[in-house]
Amino acid sequence: MFPIFQGFVQVLFDGVAFGMLLFVMSVGLAITLGLMRFANLAHGSFAMLGGFTTTTLMKHAGWPFLATLPVAFVIVALVSVVLERFLYRRMYRAKELDQVLLTVGIIYMSIAGAAYVWGPEPQAFALPDYLTTYQQVGWFSFSRYGALLLAIGTILTLAIFFGLERTRFGAMIRAAVDDRRVALGVGINVNLVFTITFAIGSGLAGLGGALGINALGLDPSFPIEYLVFFLIVVSIGGTAGSVKGALAASLLLGLCDEAGKYYVPQTGAFIIYVVMLLVMLWRPNGLYGRA
Amino acid sequence: MTAIPETKSRIGSIDWFRAQARWRWYEPVFWLGAVAWYFLLPTYLPLGTQILVAALFALSLDLILGYGGIVSLGQSTFFGVGAYTAGLLATHGWHEPLSCLLAASAAAALAGWICSFVIVRVQGIALLLVTLGINLVLYEAANKAYTITGGADGLQGIEFSPLLGIFHFDIYGRAAYIYTLIVVFLAFLVARRIVHSPFGLALKGMRENWKRMPTLGAGLRRHGTLIFVLSATIAGLSGALLAESVQFVALDSLGVQRSVDVLTMLIVGGTGVLYGSFVGATVYMVFRDQLSDLNPAYWYFWIGLMLVLVVLFTRNGIVGALEDLSAWIEKKRRGAPSS
Repeated sequence: MFPIFQGFVQVLFDGVAFGMLLFVMSVGLAITLGLMRFANLAHGSFAMLGGFTTTTLMKHAGWPFLATLPVAFVIVALVSVVLERFLYRRMYRAKELDQVLLTVGIIYMSIAGAAYVWGPEPQAFALPDYLTTYQQVGWFSFSRYGALLLAIGTILTLAIFFGLERTRFGAMIRAAVDDRRVALGVGINVNLVFTITFAIGSGLAGLGGALGINALGLDPSFPIEYLVFFLIVVSIGGTAGSVKGALAASLLLGLCDEAGKYYVPQTGAFIIYVVMLLVMLWRPNGLYGRA
Repeated sequence: MTAIPETKSRIGSIDWFRAQARWRWYEPVFWLGAVAWYFLLPTYLPLGTQILVAALFALSLDLILGYGGIVSLGQSTFFGVGAYTAGLLATHGWHEPLSCLLAASAAAALAGWICSFVIVRVQGIALLLVTLGINLVLYEAANKAYTITGGADGLQGIEFSPLLGIFHFDIYGRAAYIYTLIVVFLAFLVARRIVHSPFGLALKGMRENWKRMPTLGAGLRRHGTLIFVLSATIAGLSGALLAESVQFVALDSLGVQRSVDVLTMLIVGGTGVLYGSFVGATVYMVFRDQLSDLNPAYWYFWIGLMLVLVVLFTRNGIVGALEDLSAWIEKKRRGAPSS
């Protein structure tokens, strides 16, 4: 096979795998924004907590990597429910600026808290051996870790779309996103729907944070370092709770990032930011945004 | 917020603007306090200079956020442009500080003008993303262009000639403090004039209801562009002041952390009241100075907690809380007439 083509397939594979990871991490934020118009910038703190749950279980309890993932999901979901009840709920009717500030405050506290508990340095983390190697299929070789991201990402994406489009609860979420007042009027308990959705979305962020340690690294500055990724996914996707938009934006971001690393490594993160600014210039309301 | 009057005549509206722009009793007190700092706290002059620079930077954010309602997560873009312009001029043989300030402000204004084309087109989360994105692009660019900017090592070997050919930047920071105080005061006068002008009133209208303003015949984008450029100019000025007073430009003068820090200062102080930036910068910097002595890695926890408490429990930061307190005292006094 031609090397150019091989490289292209490689980029495509890694890019989609990375995009799937981003989607899992940020889909909760997109739904939160659509459902409650709540700008939760501290979404990255939830992802970080998931990552630390995994490293702690692996280091101190000797758990295998894959077994820690559901625990990361559950713990982060529980923590997020507590935060939602006591802090976020008071801010749903507040100005966007106040929501931003509250969650920036939470980012700061989570950064310092994580530095206090787990230390300020990057966490040592090793994938299990069966994930570090490359798999050869014919002429094409791919990393098993990438394949894992792709598999989990695809399963979760299908589950999310099925859940939203085909289940009763999904219909309730969509109704609440479209028109909160009418949803309340027909007897949907929007608060409860939101709490559950928020917990699932945060749990997914935690799961993504745990899955992504190998690709993204993990240290206390995680929430601010990857803040821009979450913002890109929700605003390029279109902020009105569009899961389709979040998926498209995640894949675009993942592909641009991998292509940049492969073809023009010296530019670093530059490519993503420039692509993002161009998209924002082209469609200020996002790819799937409503005017 | 004072209610906007029904003006029956042009004279009436001019009177109203005059009344708004009147100097209050606490304003001279505040500036005399800044002068007194020089005599009373001679060992804290570098800290004082840093506070003044941070306050001016926060003031630049207040112009767009507190008055125009434009939330920016990337204000350090213009701070950094100012700092690097001053620093690069000095490393390339131009050592005169005042002209460096002007050049830095001009460069920041130009950067602000270019950015404003995107800024005035987006709102909400997209606006956060765009401001943050521009900030990150510039940071990465400065990081990669290390042959020009020194990359992560920062811009070293900056030297400025004495002020007006007479006053040297001494190691106690005496000249730097006075110089910074004068420049900050002048910039403050300009900002004060802007917010009390009809243009400033139009900005408040934009902040309160940006959908209604165009129906009153006010050009949103034109106003937005103008205040954004003015704000960038002042941010660039503060960046240049920092470069001149510490004779060094660090890469983090362009960092997102600095953008978030300045937002925190402004919010803790209070938005849309001019002095909020000074109060916030003072509290923040003194707090940081004290806490970093105690516990270097963890002081962000307390900053975060401060932010959360301010958002949850005050109407508009410390200044807002003081206003509420004085209104409450006033009400008490009127409600219960003295016996």
